[in-house]
Amino acid sequence: MFSRPNLKRQFLISVGLVLTISLLGLAILGIVGYRGVAFMLLVTVSILAMFLDIVPVLVSAVLSALIWDFFFIPPRFTLTVGTAEDRLLLLMYFVIAMINAALTNKIRKIEKAVKEGDEKEKSVKFYNTLLNSLSHELRTPITTILGSTDNLQSRSEKLSEADKAELINEISVASIRLNQQVENLLNMSRLESGMFHIKKDWCDINELIYKTLQRLEPNLQRYRVAVEIPEQLPLFKLDFGLMEQVIYNLLINVTQHTPEDTLITIQADCVRDKLVLTIADNGTGFPEGELDKVFEKFYRLKGAPTGGTGLGLSIVKGFVEAHRGNVRIENLPVRGSKFTIEIPTEKTYVNKLKE
Amino acid sequence: MNKPSILVIDDEHQIRKLLTITLQSNNYSVLEASTGKEGINSVSTHPPDLILLDLGLPDENGHAILKHLREWFSNPIMIISVQTNEEDIVKALDNGANDYLIKPFRTGELLARIRSALRDARKEPNNPEVKFEDMSIDFANRVVKKDGAAVKLTATEYSLLSLLANNDGKVLTHRYLLHQVWGVARQNESQYLRVFIAQLRKKIESDPNRPCHIITESGIGYRFIGNPSTF
Repeated sequence: MFSRPNLKRQFLISVGLVLTISLLGLAILGIVGYRGVAFMLLVTVSILAMFLDIVPVLVSAVLSALIWDFFFIPPRFTLTVGTAEDRLLLLMYFVIAMINAALTNKIRKIEKAVKEGDEKEKSVKFYNTLLNSLSHELRTPITTILGSTDNLQSRSEKLSEADKAELINEISVASIRLNQQVENLLNMSRLESGMFHIKKDWCDINELIYKTLQRLEPNLQRYRVAVEIPEQLPLFKLDFGLMEQVIYNLLINVTQHTPEDTLITIQADCVRDKLVLTIADNGTGFPEGELDKVFEKFYRLKGAPTGGTGLGLSIVKGFVEAHRGNVRIENLPVRGSKFTIEIPTEKTYVNKLKE
Repeated sequence: MNKPSILVIDDEHQIRKLLTITLQSNNYSVLEASTGKEGINSVSTHPPDLILLDLGLPDENGHAILKHLREWFSNPIMIISVQTNEEDIVKALDNGANDYLIKPFRTGELLARIRSALRDARKEPNNPEVKFEDMSIDFANRVVKKDGAAVKLTATEYSLLSLLANNDGKVLTHRYLLHQVWGVARQNESQYLRVFIAQLRKKIESDPNRPCHIITESGIGYRFIGNPSTF
């Protein structure tokens, strides 16, 4: 939908177009006749009605009727109309032009209202999902923390040392979970704020991947991880922090949807001017019907375990797209699934930088 | 020996309380300030051994307080911030902060950083040789040893490593490293830094993919840790 020009420009457009068509009519009057010109002007008013506000369109209707009367209807160059038939025609012209302008405008208003209604309904649904998901994901750890501290504060003497240790551990686990959710929400609002900008700098893909793996060591203890990066892979210009978050979220996602001992294969390569990064697993794969939805905000797989907000993969998508790249997911022929990220970016080969 | 004193400048009462309890129980004496103004007054009457400074104070911008303090105060200043904005952190480090911690941080990390910053401040200058757990650098003879065996380094690799090792435990920004090792002309050409860090890791790290001496600080710089097991 294009935005409509301001009112002053709308008047210029409507008057300008009517005058242009009138001149054209004058030029070909001998061929089409003065009644033919009437149709040309009528079409002009109809077209204007599709794009402009009601007042400029009405102006064009009146103006074109006057022009047609003055320049075209015999006797020409007077406002008088010779025959009764032409008088009727002029009246009809005027009425049709007005109705046309008014009706088109009304239809457009209705269309707009319907569209706004649709959008509103969609966003209400969206925020309901959001609130449900959020209140669950935030309140569960908060409940754990409050409950545990209440117990520790008021019933301390009745609790065994082992119970106390367990409650303290619960507080710790819940806090980490809460922090993770807040982190995701902050990233998402960063993306949506429009204040978000990326800072590209030269990145060593080895460093990027292994740094992320090191951060995820506790989560990946029970998985097998293989990293395959060609020896001569160039450096790429990327936002290191954002790409770290991308790989982090993808790997967390894999651990949430595959059983322990799954093999995770991370590959990076340079294909033409693109960095191509894949993360594959030999787990259970995604349900085919849900593949195209996994990057949607707040989408969660049916029957997915609790502990996620459905934000991780949409942040991946947002951060990759901020690099003008794309991310996709597919199920592998035998078993498991594969995420592929492609980012077109500057690269530089390492050898020429060495001394 | 006197307990080292730490000034906490943070407007959040809960954070000050947490830090005070944590630090006192680890044998530090703690001073508190809730505004930048209070903090600066406190520093001028009782200069502490280290300052923990929150960047988001209500009365004055943390960066301004940092700059003001650095006009006369040379002991370590550590930034604590809720902001994960890398540019903000780099700016603070450029303005003379020694280190940074992002809220929420873990106590273990906080204490390790404080120990490291205080050790750094008390470090004897003009030391001709440094010895770490599995490596040593003999500055007088330009010899680097890893597990007792000499490591062959290029001139650039050596100057990068000695710069890092002389700032044990401290985060150095990309720009600072490039400026110091490659000079002004290449201070924005981070590709050199990436390549030489990778080469150095291959030579001095037991597992170059799991570095424990040269740590990547995403989007900010690198931190050298001489003795990883005690950090």
